Amino acid sequence: MLYLLNAKTLAERFRSAFLVDNRWQLYFQGLGNTLLISLFAVTIGVFLGFIFAMIVYTHSKTGKLKVLSFLSNLYVTVIRGTPVVLQLFIMYFIVLVSVKNGIVVGAVTFGLNSAAYVAEVARAGLSSIDEGQMEAGRSLGLSYAKTMLKIILPQAIRNIIPALFNEFIALVKETSVAGYVGILELGKVPGLIQSRTFDYLFPLLFASVLYLAVVYSLTLVEKCIEKALSRSDRNAGIKITGGRKKCRKAKSL
Amino acid sequence: MQESKEPLIRTAGLKKSFGDNMVLDGIDVEIFEGEKVVVIGPSGSGKSTFLRCLNRLETPTGGAVYFQGKELTQDTDLEEYRRQMGMVFQHFNLFPHLTVLKNVTLAAVDARLRERKKLKLKTPKKQIVAEEKARAMKLLARIGLEDKADAYPSTLSGGQKQRIAIVRALAVGPKVMLFDEPTSALDPEMVGEVLSLMKELADEGMTMIVVTHEMRFAREVSTRVLFMDGGKIVADGPPQEIFGAPKDDRLKSFLAKVL
Repeated sequence: MLYLLNAKTLAERFRSAFLVDNRWQLYFQGLGNTLLISLFAVTIGVFLGFIFAMIVYTHSKTGKLKVLSFLSNLYVTVIRGTPVVLQLFIMYFIVLVSVKNGIVVGAVTFGLNSAAYVAEVARAGLSSIDEGQMEAGRSLGLSYAKTMLKIILPQAIRNIIPALFNEFIALVKETSVAGYVGILELGKVPGLIQSRTFDYLFPLLFASVLYLAVVYSLTLVEKCIEKALSRSDRNAGIKITGGRKKCRKAKSL
Repeated sequence: MQESKEPLIRTAGLKKSFGDNMVLDGIDVEIFEGEKVVVIGPSGSGKSTFLRCLNRLETPTGGAVYFQGKELTQDTDLEEYRRQMGMVFQHFNLFPHLTVLKNVTLAAVDARLRERKKLKLKTPKKQIVAEEKARAMKLLARIGLEDKADAYPSTLSGGQKQRIAIVRALAVGPKVMLFDEPTSALDPEMVGEVLSLMKELADEGMTMIVVTHEMRFAREVSTRVLFMDGGKIVADGPPQEIFGAPKDDRLKSFLAKVL
């Protein structure tokens, strides 16, 4: 322990972890890739996940889309039933073997993986909406699709914001397994630097702080969105923690 | 005089079953324009299902529904058809994420936009939205709730919600209004405001089919009462006859319980 606190060695270790060879850039390069993979993966995941959820929901309510609904359920079962590392290997070494860009492979893999989880979250959200809402929409002459889009989905999304962000947060951290196939993402950086300095302390600490910063930002965004969507609440006046200034942008959503 | 005209709605042998449970067991009825029909009967007698089969929220398992002489088939444009029939639900079913004004204009604007597309009109969308807003505000003013236009449904009382639900249905311009137990979920002191709005509509000549347990409303406002039991229409006549001189035994025992 004394060794840990020795100021001189600490300064030296700090220097080798960040300053030598401009190593600090590696962390931010990794962070950039992590964010890039996460962003694309979330986009793919939300898009596909909601489509799967709507297919399954529509089948459960109307009996239509039987085959598609079966396939959606099968997809969710298979993706949730296998480890993401294996999915990544399958993508990287078999399915997308011709794709040279690791970031793309990562984004696709994590996006397809996330879609299965989002699908279940979204399905729960859709089922949480009272049937009377669909009936009211249809009785007013709105089509099924219009009612879904204008009435059911907005309410469902509002209900599942916390669960969705849970999934986003898990996803950001999960992308750290992309390091297994040589993608330079944030989780891989500490190992990379340790292999040159033989010292894990600062690299691990700093990479963790960066992950934490990303995740914390996400929770702030979540609070803002929740706040913006709570206008129709009975107690809309009650302040959700998160601060007003930060939420200014979210209000326009 | 009415008999010579074509009925607005006619059902022939209308049947609906859920699995083995026969809820509607052959309904033959003609409803003419301007009639205020109240449907009464014990719970489970098929009253609500009857209403829901009329606007196709439920698909009948047998028989036919004719609207203005035309049979509803698979080719019927259901969206277009449902706009002719406003429906008011027991639990209001207002859209909680939309303001009162948006609740009222949503379907009306959608209908206008569809019409514009169909007829290839050039009316700008902005103008349509503005027109429908103005119309909705007039309707809200009529029920004294224009100051609630920007409020969300969760801030309203049950009576206010139901009156807005009625206005929302009217905004689409229906020829007939279907009411499915519109006052059953209301606190007693709010029943009056909803019934008086319905009475106003009736006085203006709106064709109405009302499933209700409000026997006073049935007696005072309706021109015709249908008594349903076991998925069939057991008695059909003017309220004086149904309430004053009931012939059927089941009707007699039902009335003895509710009056």
